[in-house]
Amino acid sequence: MNALSQRIAALGHGFVSMITGLGAFARLFGAILARSGVVLRRPRLTAQQVHFIGNYSLLIIGVSGLFVGFVLGLQGYYTLNRYGSEEALGLLVALSLTRELGPVVTALLFAGRAGTSLTAEIGLMKAGEQISAMEVMAVDPIRRVLAPRFWGGVIAMPVLAAVFSMVGVLGGWFVGVMLIGIDPGAFWSQMQDGVDVIDDVLNGVIKSLVFGVVVTLIALYQGWTARATPEGVSRATTRTVVSGALAVLGLDFLLTALMFAH
Amino acid sequence: MTREKTDFWVGLFILLGLIALVFLALRAGNMSSFTFTPTYRVQAHFDNVGGLKVRAPIKSSGVVVGRVAAIGFDNQRFQATVMLDLEQSYVFPKDTSASILTSGLLGEQYIGLTPGGDEQNLADGDTIEFTQSAVVLEDLISKFLYSSAEKEGTGPGAGAAAPAASH
Repeated sequence: MNALSQRIAALGHGFVSMITGLGAFARLFGAILARSGVVLRRPRLTAQQVHFIGNYSLLIIGVSGLFVGFVLGLQGYYTLNRYGSEEALGLLVALSLTRELGPVVTALLFAGRAGTSLTAEIGLMKAGEQISAMEVMAVDPIRRVLAPRFWGGVIAMPVLAAVFSMVGVLGGWFVGVMLIGIDPGAFWSQMQDGVDVIDDVLNGVIKSLVFGVVVTLIALYQGWTARATPEGVSRATTRTVVSGALAVLGLDFLLTALMFAH
Repeated sequence: MTREKTDFWVGLFILLGLIALVFLALRAGNMSSFTFTPTYRVQAHFDNVGGLKVRAPIKSSGVVVGRVAAIGFDNQRFQATVMLDLEQSYVFPKDTSASILTSGLLGEQYIGLTPGGDEQNLADGDTIEFTQSAVVLEDLISKFLYSSAEKEGTGPGAGAAAPAASH
């Protein structure tokens, strides 16, 4: 009986701490937004973060996009070939990239490449008591450290997703037109016929923007709440990737249902 | 790294993103098919619009001359009302007929305009009188089935029950 009541108590505790975590997460989001004036007043701080988060992620995003485009081209060709409609390959590659794969895969890579480094950086700042030192010097760490990183991530993410989609389309074009020999005119015209600027491209950009906000915020939150020990920082980094990836995939389902449900 | 260098690379990064978006919009998307040429609006009533969608092309002799602006239902006539935006540079006689056609066997539907012989041309706000509804595949199939069933009914051996297959 005692063991059972302990279990129930543990379940309740887990649930309550989950809600508390969500509340703290939302409060941090609000605090960052309230202090976002720094982005306009000192744009160089944000530019540095865009450089750190965005430029350094370009290589992995570009290479991944290229290979995803290659694979889409090959797999799509094998399937479409059965129905004798391999000209639709361009449409298939472009639609899957702009609607889903571009924003989602970029967000997953972004969580692994940039999110982890943000978490580790802030976690180590905390462990090294730099955050406390800033507070002592009356420098607001949320304004000085978190806000520029947040906006850096939010700006970098849509750019990276757009680059991913573009490189992927070019990869699909390379495999389909250059290697397999699909007619290039049909490849591009079918693509232009089926991809809508607002329905597909713009919704993809909105998706990547939402993912940018969520992944960056999760990374910052995990770093901000990490225990100030080496173990705490390593756990926080792991949690960034796990909850970032889950949040992206879950939100993707929601956004897809909202955007393309007509 | 100096400040100018950082700014330069960030600028390059943003520029790359813009180039990617323009590429997606123009090369992969249908931005280039958006027309900003002035249009005039005419309407047409159809018994059945089938799978016609807003922004579907309007073609005459295979050339895109406009796009479908809106599709609604007329409560007085109990018919579908389709608003057509035709480009100002194309003129059609008043007795032009509009029909809903399908590109290919399973392709999307569009409106085909066949010019008539009237001296006056369609103007903004006019109504196209002669229309032909979309062909609904189910109607075609049921017509075909009925006609083949009728044929079978008049043929020899009609009404004879097929021998039941033994298991």
